[in-house]
Amino acid sequence: MAVATQGASPGINSQNTRALLRVSILFLIAAAAVASRLFSVIRFESIIHEFDPWFNFRATKYLVANGFYKFWDWFDDRTWHPLGRVTGGTLYPGLMVTSGVIYHALRALTVPVDIRNICVLLAPAFSGLTAFAAYLLTNEMTTSSSAGLLAAAFMGITPGYISRSVAGSYDNEAIAIFLLVFTFYLWIKALKLGSMLWGALCALFYGYMVASWGGYAFITCLLPLHAFVLIGIGRFSNRLYVSYTTWYALGTLASMQIPFVGFLPVKTSEHMPALGIFGLVQLVGILQYVRSSMSAKQFKTFVITVIVGAVGIGLAGLVGLTSLGYIAPWSGRFYSLWDTGYAKIHIPIIASVSEHQPTAWPAFFFDLNMLIWLFPAGVYLCFQDLRDEHVFVVVYALFGSYFAGVMVRLMLTLTPIVCVAAAIAASQILDTYLSAKKPPSPEEIADAQSTDAKPVKTAGLRVASKPAVGIFTFVSKALVVGGMVVYLLMFVSHCTWVTSNAYSSPSVVLASRMPDGSQHIIDDYREAYQWLRQNTKEDAKIMSWWDYGYQIGGMADRPTLVDNNTWNNTHIATVGKAMSSSEEVSYPIMRQHEVDYVLVVFGGLLGYSGDDINKFLWMVRIAEGIWPEEVKERNFFTSRGEYRVDAEATDTMKNSLMYKMSYYNYHSLFPAGQTVDRVRNARLPDQGPVLNTIEEAYTTENWIIRIYKVKDLDNVGRDLAAAASFDRGQKKKASKKKGPRVLRVD
Amino acid sequence: MAPKKNAREPATAVPVAPALAPVEPAPVVKPAPVKHPKSEANTPWDKVLINLYNHYIEETPQRTKLLDVFLVFLAVVGALQFLYCVLAGNYPFNAFLSGFGATVGQFVLTISLRIQTTEANKSEFPQVSPERSFADFIVCSLILHFFCINFIN
Repeated sequence: MAVATQGASPGINSQNTRALLRVSILFLIAAAAVASRLFSVIRFESIIHEFDPWFNFRATKYLVANGFYKFWDWFDDRTWHPLGRVTGGTLYPGLMVTSGVIYHALRALTVPVDIRNICVLLAPAFSGLTAFAAYLLTNEMTTSSSAGLLAAAFMGITPGYISRSVAGSYDNEAIAIFLLVFTFYLWIKALKLGSMLWGALCALFYGYMVASWGGYAFITCLLPLHAFVLIGIGRFSNRLYVSYTTWYALGTLASMQIPFVGFLPVKTSEHMPALGIFGLVQLVGILQYVRSSMSAKQFKTFVITVIVGAVGIGLAGLVGLTSLGYIAPWSGRFYSLWDTGYAKIHIPIIASVSEHQPTAWPAFFFDLNMLIWLFPAGVYLCFQDLRDEHVFVVVYALFGSYFAGVMVRLMLTLTPIVCVAAAIAASQILDTYLSAKKPPSPEEIADAQSTDAKPVKTAGLRVASKPAVGIFTFVSKALVVGGMVVYLLMFVSHCTWVTSNAYSSPSVVLASRMPDGSQHIIDDYREAYQWLRQNTKEDAKIMSWWDYGYQIGGMADRPTLVDNNTWNNTHIATVGKAMSSSEEVSYPIMRQHEVDYVLVVFGGLLGYSGDDINKFLWMVRIAEGIWPEEVKERNFFTSRGEYRVDAEATDTMKNSLMYKMSYYNYHSLFPAGQTVDRVRNARLPDQGPVLNTIEEAYTTENWIIRIYKVKDLDNVGRDLAAAASFDRGQKKKASKKKGPRVLRVD
Repeated sequence: MAPKKNAREPATAVPVAPALAPVEPAPVVKPAPVKHPKSEANTPWDKVLINLYNHYIEETPQRTKLLDVFLVFLAVVGALQFLYCVLAGNYPFNAFLSGFGATVGQFVLTISLRIQTTEANKSEFPQVSPERSFADFIVCSLILHFFCINFIN
């Protein structure tokens, strides 16, 4: 769509008109970028999506209601009960502060706007800015005026970026990608001009980026790497010195202003490359200075002595300080970037997040479509005149591709450079094949298509001066340009299709089709959270798996035990143990943590596959990591190694709290012998599980969310299993069933 | 003035020290030993240093020398802070980091200013006039010190 808008410009030459045209095209691209992200608002409603955004939304509301200083010192006692969370010091405040500022600015302009709508529409708004930043970045790389516009259009609609920035996905990435691209633009600008001011701007935006997203480490590693490669291939210049040192000195101090980052830039290995390169740049700078006053031979020995000495001392210092514990070694998340199997073995909590999985190859094509094969061509073109900024593209491309292959979510950091490189390649093709030697044919093409009105003009001059070189036959021109047009159109339709089908679901509200084709909204999540909000005490503690912590906090406004922040693995493992153990073990755990309600997600009736039984093994694994004696993953598999939920499930499985809560009373929905779990395609036994220590409190319309109330201690001092079976009127059985009561000792 | 200039010359390597310093205490002490024994031991190094010194005295304009004095001052302050950190512990780590960051930052900014105002580098910075670079210097220093003061606790 954005591409198509660029065609409306036949036969205009003057500089001013072109500038005007460019501005209007950029605006149209921004509009297209925003518009294509609004599917979710139109299909569903203006609602915050998924999990993390609900926390960001809650934090933003807190910020708007209580002011900045209270937000900064926020201690949240409604999460991680009973520990609480120092929220103000453990979040990236950039996103919330940005929307808070926008909110207050609009208020000051007397535009009455709801903070929710600002949060929902923040990501699309910033995507327009990202497109603009991509335009600027590309313009630094090439002289072709169409490349920048193409890059902006690509950036605006490519699914790889849309996946994290549809309306309502109010996450850190929403603004971080804009900051990423813009920081890179400023860096290239600073490097080209050797200007302190641009370096300082780069540092400021880097600081903003640090305040917004943990992915800032990508910049922290990429810029030094670029500098290092430049030095390595003998491209050191005073411009590099000025821009790099200015960026590093100011940027590091800026990043340390964020409480969550604090001393990390001088204490962790992730930040050491930047520091090392800073030292190296100093060294090389001095050598450069000294060089002018020495003979070549003296200089050589001098260089070798100094470099070997300094690098040796630096490395020794780094190793020494790391082993002495002054510098934290690479964190687990970073190890998992080198060895994709690492997290699975050592840190199940990281591996359990689906976006931390390695990328499947089709995902590249799904997210980037034709850009993925234009991308290498663009990188190749950068080699043709390898200036400093082209080295940046090459380095970024290599680095980004690797990380995108290792972790799904890092596709996001690869996308900008793919757009830039692909735009360079595409504009090169179009410039070459659209050179207007014979007036009638390219004019028609230009009318029919896009992007090329300007290239026609510029390239025309070049061809006129060198008449021997170029493509002159109408057939080949039409063939290639026509092919390109088809690809571009297919790209647009692919992007639109992917956005509307794959990336626009809020996942809080589910949609399905009725037999007659009309849309049916499944709103169980909000139904359950609303029930909690209205029917439980203000401080009733809800236990659920950590995935739903933020949503419960945001929508039901009730304290939770664990949430998506996952800062305390032991606490999560405790919940995992409570879920995966039998009632006799779980009950004391729940009493100790003052749990009032337990919430499980069950998709068996509807065939909703993201439910707790499917996540159950992760709970077991995480619990096993802490209590290997009491929770064993093996016991949840049948002797043939199958994970089953039907009659042949293992006893451990059948007795686990999670299994019981999921299937409690489920058989009553079906005629005898026909109880079916539609997710796992399993036929369940007619006799459902029996619950003694908790009771069903609420089940939503489609059984997706089931809430149980933890029973209080028995009035006459019986244990709850006995009391429950007494109520059922089966005294005999109870004494038989009553197992040894295991209390948690630790 | 003279002793200061003398102090500046053998100290060419000192600027490296504060740069590397935040992590590695070792290099601060070491770059000097690396150079000194050698300069006394074999003659070429003597010559090198004398060459350097003469080159510096002859080729450097007065204004740049003034900048260099400031650089030496910053290097000394940085070294003192670092020495304090090594000897007396880094207890107010915020204060140490911002103080040290301020010296290092100011140091590299001043070097940048020095580079941009040197005649020989004119060709590399076609768009940066001396006035412009001084203005840049002021702006960057303001930003730097704002961050430092905010961080100092």
